[in-house]
Amino acid sequence: MPKVSMTVNGKAVSAEVEGRTLLVQLLRDQLGMTGTHVGCDTSQCGACVVHVDGRSVKACTMLASQAEGSQVTTIEGLAKDGKLHPMQEAFRDNHGLQCGFCTPGMIMSALELVKHKPNPSEHEVRDWLEGNLCRCTGYHNIVKSIQAGAAAMRGGK
Amino acid sequence: MDDAPDLRAHPVRGAVGAAAAHDSAHKHVAGAAIYVDDIPEPPDLLHVWCVMSPHAHARIRSIDLADVRSAPGVIDAVSAADIPGKNDIGPMVAGEPILAEGIVEYVGQPVVAIAATSIKAARTAGALARVEYDVQPAVLTVDDALAQGLFVAPPVEFKRGDAAAALARAPNRLSGTFRIGGQDHFYLEGQVALAIPQEDGDLLIHSSTQHPSEVQKMVAKVLGLAANAVTVEVRRMGGGFGGKETQPAMFAAIAALLAQRTRRPVKLRLDRDDDMMITGKRHDFVVRWQAGFDGEGRITALDMDLAARAGHVADLSPAIVDRALFHADNCYYIPDVRLRGFACKTHTQSNTAFRGFGGPQGMIAIEEVVDAIARRLGRDPLAVRRVNFYGTTDRNVTPYHMVVEDNIVHGLVDELERWADYQERRRAIDAFNRTSPILKKGLALTPLKFGISFTATFYNQAGALLHVYTDGSVHLNHGGTEMGQGLFMKVAQIVAEELQIDVDRIKISATNTGKVPNTSATAASAGTDLNGAAAQIAARTIRGRLADFAAAHFAVPREAVRFRRNEVEAGANVVPFATLAALAYRARVQLSATGFYKTPKIHWDRDNARGRPFLYFAYGAAVAEVLVDTLTGEYKVTRADLLHDVGHSINPAIDRGQVEGGFIQGMGWLTTEELWFDAKGRLATHAPSTYKIPVASDLPRDFRVRLLEGARNAEDTVHRSKAVGEPPLMLANAVFFALKDAVAAAAGAAPSLAAPATPERVLLAIEDARGGAATP
Ligand code: FES
Ligand code: FES
Repeated sequence: MPKVSMTVNGKAVSAEVEGRTLLVQLLRDQLGMTGTHVGCDTSQCGACVVHVDGRSVKACTMLASQAEGSQVTTIEGLAKDGKLHPMQEAFRDNHGLQCGFCTPGMIMSALELVKHKPNPSEHEVRDWLEGNLCRCTGYHNIVKSIQAGAAAMRGGK
Repeated sequence: MDDAPDLRAHPVRGAVGAAAAHDSAHKHVAGAAIYVDDIPEPPDLLHVWCVMSPHAHARIRSIDLADVRSAPGVIDAVSAADIPGKNDIGPMVAGEPILAEGIVEYVGQPVVAIAATSIKAARTAGALARVEYDVQPAVLTVDDALAQGLFVAPPVEFKRGDAAAALARAPNRLSGTFRIGGQDHFYLEGQVALAIPQEDGDLLIHSSTQHPSEVQKMVAKVLGLAANAVTVEVRRMGGGFGGKETQPAMFAAIAALLAQRTRRPVKLRLDRDDDMMITGKRHDFVVRWQAGFDGEGRITALDMDLAARAGHVADLSPAIVDRALFHADNCYYIPDVRLRGFACKTHTQSNTAFRGFGGPQGMIAIEEVVDAIARRLGRDPLAVRRVNFYGTTDRNVTPYHMVVEDNIVHGLVDELERWADYQERRRAIDAFNRTSPILKKGLALTPLKFGISFTATFYNQAGALLHVYTDGSVHLNHGGTEMGQGLFMKVAQIVAEELQIDVDRIKISATNTGKVPNTSATAASAGTDLNGAAAQIAARTIRGRLADFAAAHFAVPREAVRFRRNEVEAGANVVPFATLAALAYRARVQLSATGFYKTPKIHWDRDNARGRPFLYFAYGAAVAEVLVDTLTGEYKVTRADLLHDVGHSINPAIDRGQVEGGFIQGMGWLTTEELWFDAKGRLATHAPSTYKIPVASDLPRDFRVRLLEGARNAEDTVHRSKAVGEPPLMLANAVFFALKDAVAAAAGAAPSLAAPATPERVLLAIEDARGGAATP
């Protein structure tokens, strides 16, 4: 079986994978990093969003081999020294979750938005989230969380 | 979180009324919350894939699994013939198979289950299963089932007075047919079960289920085991919405069967497409009605038939049809009434519980009637709604002979009307529509009244288990399950309040059939009412023992013992709660207790359709405004104002989240979520690519949500709170009727619109109404 090597959350990893192994399968099944969720298996729901070389990617859409040599960041990699990232804190503090299944993907997706738009309007957040489904919250608090998280990040917290 | 606890006196964190975060919020944001599919996979784990029926209705001539069994990676493959116990998981009516036996009755029905070393191996081997069928004619729709008299349970009837006679003498009469679509649950976490063999042939099952006790019972029955040989555990679900009330039993039982045979752990996780093909959904309904009314629109008589597509077996359909009838009055008094309910047998997925449990379909049916009457009379629908409201002292008896004792709809609707500027906006919108030929606006205010309690009285019971350890920390367990709704947090807050300790001193633990037995499903919105009350009783038992002990220990009267601010006062003596717990232990005081609660007052005589099935009602109302492009049928919800009654809220942040989430989910049901079956009965919309749940950009542009202030449950519920899980879904009725209002403005005539009101349907409704009516 071919071998892939990449950096996941700052740690070098390598694993043997079949050619058709998806990035999300590598993360969850082989590396045991189950914070990245699978909600639809078909690139629709956004529960599996991770960052590959700084860009948000649906990990159920990318082959593990395509991430060869890349820097991958998952939800587990956001907290630093035991302290949650401001976007994570914002979701917790603004009730931006219910069942939590969509949350990791929402947060990873939100971080990509904030990179392009450090101060996104409510409208911009809503539009950006087109590819992230949530069945529980009705999105209202997710939008608020993202705006609060963006504000905290601007504040350099 | 893990820091040493602060034992000094301080206000209790997370007591009742605090807008505390969800108990797992810090884990969810870190990807550290474990769902069933995240449990580290045991060595030797097998994965299951099911071979599904390609036919809506066929006899199974033969099943040959020889090639499957010899395929690479396959360890076992089973069909109905391999089931050692009973192939029956029917929750109400016997005879509901986990694997098809002799006959298949819907496209997608599991026929064969294959366990292999990988899901890919199992799926690949599935192609080698040789199943021969004799295809039979299929019945796919409510109309066909009604025509053929095919039902999964006998029809039911609620009546009061003489509807036929009252209709005959009514000053005005109107009739109609109203079609209401179904809805897929689309919980983000699909169905999943992990069965792990234990000593003595016992099984531990991790199941994503709202009803662990039923999974336990059904697995035992299928495997021919005693219930005590099966333990079911669920820490959390990634959403449930009713779709994990009965449905998980099938997948848990299949995994358990294969685990029993292979003596290896077995996981069955459905991918999204298979989940949507196999599992039941919200029932679609066809409603036929005839109403009599006076010149003001006051209903004098109603005869209504509500027919649901039950699918191939009963599942919970009889109770769901009952609940549709229970809500076909909504907030309105109907003097002479006959309601009939039909659970139609069709060769489709077995439809099941979904947030509201038939209530939403019954409620929107009567709203349709009221709306039609208003349009016939040329009155504002809100005025017609008002004249029909239940009274508080008279005109207050439901079609099932229960007196509505806690009616607050008048005040609530008045308040919403003011807060949302309904009248002002009504005038502005009418003016806009007069001058805007293409774009039309619509506005509607709809109220809701939703009955709280399981209508099967015996389900209204709950148990809890509470331990206090000698360091004052607490372990909490109860029969309710956490699916995101915040139940675990609310129950923990109730215990924190009772013991007057910080909620973070209370360990919330996974629901487990070994800890609290014989539980009811976490359903019917009753999770907090039942489990919160049971936990409160357990906490009071322990507090009582501690108070007795403190009184004796410090030699003060019992009345001088007070629990407050993480401390216990006994006269002039003040000790931290933890200190008292340690002292009590040494004095051999039992620091563990169970609590048991059963809902008072309720009774229901189903044969005579009479009684008091509900302890109380939850109320709410919503105003929605829409903007419709009459050339395309496309629309936008421009504003929504929701006012909802949760009684005295145990956690206003969680309750508000339920209101927002329920409303948007209801909006999806009534607008974009369309289940489409082809002529052969195959669900064509079995993935999010074609089945559209709301996305963030579908939110009302201006979205205002309020909980009714100063509210208190008139009944003695836990802290006078009210159930909130299901009712807010029905606030979305306002969106549907706002769309109808816009269509009426476009067409200049009363429209006929089916749910969901997709843009296509809106466009057709405009064209129909224009063609069918002489434009004034
Ligand atoms: S699982 Fe990847 S988008 Fe849904
Ligand atoms: S919180 Fe449940 S899917 Fe978003």
